[in-house]
Amino acid sequence: MSVLIDKNTKIIVQGFTGKMGSFHAEEMIKYGSNVVGGVTPGKGGMKHLNLPVFNTVKEAVKNTGASASILFVPPAFAADSAMEAADAGIKTCVAIVDGIPSHDMIKIKRYMRRYSRTEKMTLVGPNCAGVISPGKAMLGIMPGHIYKEGKIGIIGRSGTLGYEAAQQLKNLNIGVSTSVGIGGDPINGSSFKDILEKFEQDDETEAVLMIGEIGGPQEVAAGEFAKENMKKPVIAYIAGLTAPKGRVMGHAGAIVSAYGESAVEKVELLKECGVIISKNPSVMGETVKSALNSKT
Amino acid sequence: MDIHEYQAKKILSGFGVTIPRGGIAYSPENAENKARELGGSKWVVKAQVHSGARGKAGGIIICNSSLEVAQAADKLLGKKLVTNQTGPEGKITNRVYIEEATDIKKELYLGLVFDRSSESIMVVASTEGGMSVEEISKNKPETIIRSKIEVAVGMQKFQAREIAFGLKIEPNLIPRAAETIIGCYRAFSELDATMVEVNPLVISNQDQILALDCKMSFDNNALFRRNQVSELRDKSQENPNEVYASDRGLNYVSLEGNIGNIINGAGLAMASMDMIKLAGGEPANFLDVGGGATPEKIVKAFKLISMDEKVKVILVNIFAGINRCDWVAEGIVQALEKIEIKVPIVIRLAGTNVEKGNKILKESKIKYIEANTLEDAANKAVKALGN
Repeated sequence: MSVLIDKNTKIIVQGFTGKMGSFHAEEMIKYGSNVVGGVTPGKGGMKHLNLPVFNTVKEAVKNTGASASILFVPPAFAADSAMEAADAGIKTCVAIVDGIPSHDMIKIKRYMRRYSRTEKMTLVGPNCAGVISPGKAMLGIMPGHIYKEGKIGIIGRSGTLGYEAAQQLKNLNIGVSTSVGIGGDPINGSSFKDILEKFEQDDETEAVLMIGEIGGPQEVAAGEFAKENMKKPVIAYIAGLTAPKGRVMGHAGAIVSAYGESAVEKVELLKECGVIISKNPSVMGETVKSALNSKT
Repeated sequence: MDIHEYQAKKILSGFGVTIPRGGIAYSPENAENKARELGGSKWVVKAQVHSGARGKAGGIIICNSSLEVAQAADKLLGKKLVTNQTGPEGKITNRVYIEEATDIKKELYLGLVFDRSSESIMVVASTEGGMSVEEISKNKPETIIRSKIEVAVGMQKFQAREIAFGLKIEPNLIPRAAETIIGCYRAFSELDATMVEVNPLVISNQDQILALDCKMSFDNNALFRRNQVSELRDKSQENPNEVYASDRGLNYVSLEGNIGNIINGAGLAMASMDMIKLAGGEPANFLDVGGGATPEKIVKAFKLISMDEKVKVILVNIFAGINRCDWVAEGIVQALEKIEIKVPIVIRLAGTNVEKGNKILKESKIKYIEANTLEDAANKAVKALGN
């Protein structure tokens, strides 16, 4: 299983012929992802990387049967591309781009309300590293080789901190079922809770590592979901212990503006929900390991 | 991005919100003339700095003659105003706003923010204007009215009326109050704002509804399509190192400690700062050079950190993915050949081609302390402080 993508998932690249799109499409293909084509409006009919280019996502879906897409379009056009993907019947769309205005994110999410729960696209990101199901497929920009195939689900806001976690796990000989980067923006396509729900239902995932940070209500909402609905252990690390209140720490969403949004408060609230806390970022791997050991 | 009070007022007045008459001044003479132009016998001179709580800090002065206006302007201009929001270093007052005084009957609070849980725009209002929203929620939580606005259709008149009635505004003033609230909402939504706060929103003795003080912040990600807003940026209100950084595409926040750090990725940067703290040190800054950590960005980052005099040790932590460690290491070596760094440097590389990267660093002429893990790096950085 794994969540969101596996080795059969047909992938198209939106913004395929651009520099970023081309580079990462090749990396994904090298990793083994089933990339079947791409979309660049006005370049339909061309071949790029030996794959067909389409003018619209609808055409691409119709001709290739793609169910997943990844966006490499500039922030000003990203909302439009994401809505186009949703309308064309794409099931999983990853937006890598950093810099989409919050008002545009709200617009995308309102637009998607027209679809029923079963038909609705899962938007991952923006401002994220994407999704990888190690050994199966990569729909993102991460270095695939640092992920070992296995049974831990990872959900994180940050790219490089997610890599750090994957490497700590690999050093302990623990693998990953799927790693999902939900991104550092204040309003994102999928929340921690949305992805936790998928991991709980996934047969191959035994435990979930959640890598959160200061700002917003999502980590705690996920903790409450886990308390009520999950049998699998959830381990969490929250970054930003030293972050001052009211300042944006790199990620647009990493800002403490209300109670429950600082790292210390989030850790306390998560503990109350029964989430296992990794007390610092260098023991994320070990904390997962001991959680697995105490489970059996 | 934040803007000044007078700029926010001008914007809101364009959306139908009434503001007291006023003008901006850059010198005491200028201020005196503005007061004469405005007429009347009572004025308020307000320091224009990016901070709230200016009144308590002496940044707002009530004057009864145009001479007093000049004196007040002289007192404020060119000086740093220290409020409970600016930090001890304060913020420079380069302009003052001269406003006709208002006879206040009632002070109200009106704020609009993004609500991250419902992903909508939230209006927060209270009958207890003049206090900060934190104080209101602490002391008078029962007075707070909240209203979620569905952004797809915008604020409806009934929602604005409900808020106005909730604020116990007299019935004959409700239509005008509703227009004011809708005006604030439209400014928020049409200009990609992230915060609009009118505090206080007042009802004058003449039954006018006036925005007496206001603040607006905007989404940095949307400035590309809001030229009129981005023109309002006042760099004199920002930390100079932060301005230097943002002009060079670096994400930087200046902090109080003495361990400078250069890290790729915001989450990893926060995590590294946490490790410094746990190891007994204090970070001097947050600095994310971007996931890619290009050599150009690394050079700029070292330059920036070297400008910060409180830095006694530099910690570099780069997790290289597709940008391999060998490439990153070459960037670090290049940077350190260009910029002279006098404090100890701890470098931790991880990820793709880490062995090659460490080899390049070792074989170069640069002086540094090698670290292997996040914890090792933080411990060595704190230890290096003592040497």
